[in-house]
Amino acid sequence: MRAPSLHFIALLAVAAIAGCAPNDAPAPPARIAVAANFAATASALRDAHESAGGGRIDVILGSTGSLHAQITAGAPFDAFLAADTARPDRLVAEHLATAESRFVYAIGRLVLWSPHIDLVDPAGDVLRGEGFTHLAIADPKTAPYGAAAHAYLEGAGLLGTVAARLVTGQSVAQAYQYTASGNADLGFVAVSQVAGRGSHFIIPDDSHAPLEQAAVLLTDHPDAQAFLHFIRHDPDARAIIAAHGYGLPNDETRPDARRR
Amino acid sequence: MLGAADLQALGVSLLLAAVTVIGLLACGLPLAWWLARRDGTGKAWLEAVIALPLVLPPTVLGFYLLLLLGKTGPLAAVGLPPLAFSFGGLVVGSMIYSLPFVVQPLITGFENIDQRRLDAAATLGAGPRDRFFSVALPGARSAIITGAVLGFAHTLGEFGVVLMLGGSLPGETRVASIAIYQHVESMDLASAHALSAVLVVISLVLLVPTYILRRRSRS
Repeated sequence: MRAPSLHFIALLAVAAIAGCAPNDAPAPPARIAVAANFAATASALRDAHESAGGGRIDVILGSTGSLHAQITAGAPFDAFLAADTARPDRLVAEHLATAESRFVYAIGRLVLWSPHIDLVDPAGDVLRGEGFTHLAIADPKTAPYGAAAHAYLEGAGLLGTVAARLVTGQSVAQAYQYTASGNADLGFVAVSQVAGRGSHFIIPDDSHAPLEQAAVLLTDHPDAQAFLHFIRHDPDARAIIAAHGYGLPNDETRPDARRR
Repeated sequence: MLGAADLQALGVSLLLAAVTVIGLLACGLPLAWWLARRDGTGKAWLEAVIALPLVLPPTVLGFYLLLLLGKTGPLAAVGLPPLAFSFGGLVVGSMIYSLPFVVQPLITGFENIDQRRLDAAATLGAGPRDRFFSVALPGARSAIITGAVLGFAHTLGEFGVVLMLGGSLPGETRVASIAIYQHVESMDLASAHALSAVLVVISLVLLVPTYILRRRSRS
C-alpha cells in the first residue's frame, strides 16, 4: 500500500487542531457569592436553573461579612445572595450594585431546636424549666439569627432565666453544630438547618425583626441576571426556597402559617 | 470517588504548595543564612516578625492581605496589578503564612553548622559564595528538607488566608480546603469526607518519611 501523501497528513493535522481548539473562548460561568446559611438551597436552585436550560453557575460560599469585604476589594463575582439586607444596601450605596437589582429573596426563620425527640415542647416552655444544661445561640452582636434569638428571649422575659446557660457560637452554623453534636442540649438555629429532625418550637416571626436576606446584581452577566430573575419570579424556585425552610416575601402560603 | 471539581481543587492545592515552597526556599535560604550569622536585637526583631504569621489568626492575616492586595489597596494605588482573587495572590499570601515553617528550621540548620568547617574552607581559599554552596547547604540538608516539607504540608492545609484572599474561583483559587468547607456548608458530607481523607493521606505520605529522615540524620 502506498504511504499516505504528505498533503493528506498535513490536512489531517489541521483538521485535528481545528477540531480540538475551541472556536471561541467559552463565556465564563456566572459567579454567585452566597451566604453560607443558604448553601444547600443555592445548590438546589442552581441545579433547577441549569436543568431548566439556564447557563452555568458557580456558587461561591462565605460569610456575608467576608463576601462583602471581597466584593469591595474587587472580587469577580456577578451577584451576591447575602444573609442580611445591610450588606447589599451598603453595596448599593457604594455604587458596586444597582438599587433596581436589589430584592429580598428569602426570609430566615428561627427555631428552638433539639436533636432529642422529646426535649422541646410545642410552646417552648422548656426554656422556663431546668431541663437543660446548655442553650446554644449565635452571637447577637454579629449574627442576625443571634440577634433575633436575643430579641425573643428578651421579649419573653427569659433572658435572666437562661443567661448562665447560654453558649454563644460565632454564627448560626456554629450554634447548630453545638446543638447537633449534643454539646448543647438545645439551641436557637435556622429552620433551614434542621429539616424536621428532633423536637422544635418555631419562634413567632413577630417576636423579632424579620430575618430578610437580600440579593443584588454586581455585573451585567446575562446568566447571573437570568439566575436572579429565576430566584425572584419562578414558581419552582420559590417552592425550592420554601421547601428549605425559608419564608418568601409577599407570600401567604408559608408552611408554618398554613400549619397554624 | 472524587468528582472532577474536587480533583481540580486538589490540583490547585498541590500546585500552590509547590510554588510556595520553591518561592520560600529562594527567599528563605539567603535570609536564614544571613540571620544565622548575626546576633543582637536586630536579629531578634527580624525573627519575631518572621514568627508573626504563627500568632495572627489566618482569617485576620487574610483580611489584611485582601485590603493590601485588592483593587482599592495601596499596591493598586501605585499602579501594581491587584493580586487578590488570583493564583499569584494566593502564592504571596501562602508565602507569608508559611514563612516561619520554612525559615525557622533553616536558621536552626545553619546555626548548627560547625564554624570550624566554614573557617577551614575559608583557609583553603573558598569565598563566601563557595562556602555557602559547598559547606552550608550540604550541612543544612536535613533542615532544608524539613522546612520544605513543613511548608508544603502547611500550605496544603491552609484555609483562613485563602478563604479571605482567594474568592474560591474554580481552577484558580478554589483549593481543596475551600472545597471541603463548601461541601460541609452544602451538607454534602460524603464529598467532604472523601476529599479530607485524600488530604490526610497526602500529608502522611509527606510527613512520615521526613521524620524518619530526621531521626536517621540525628543518630
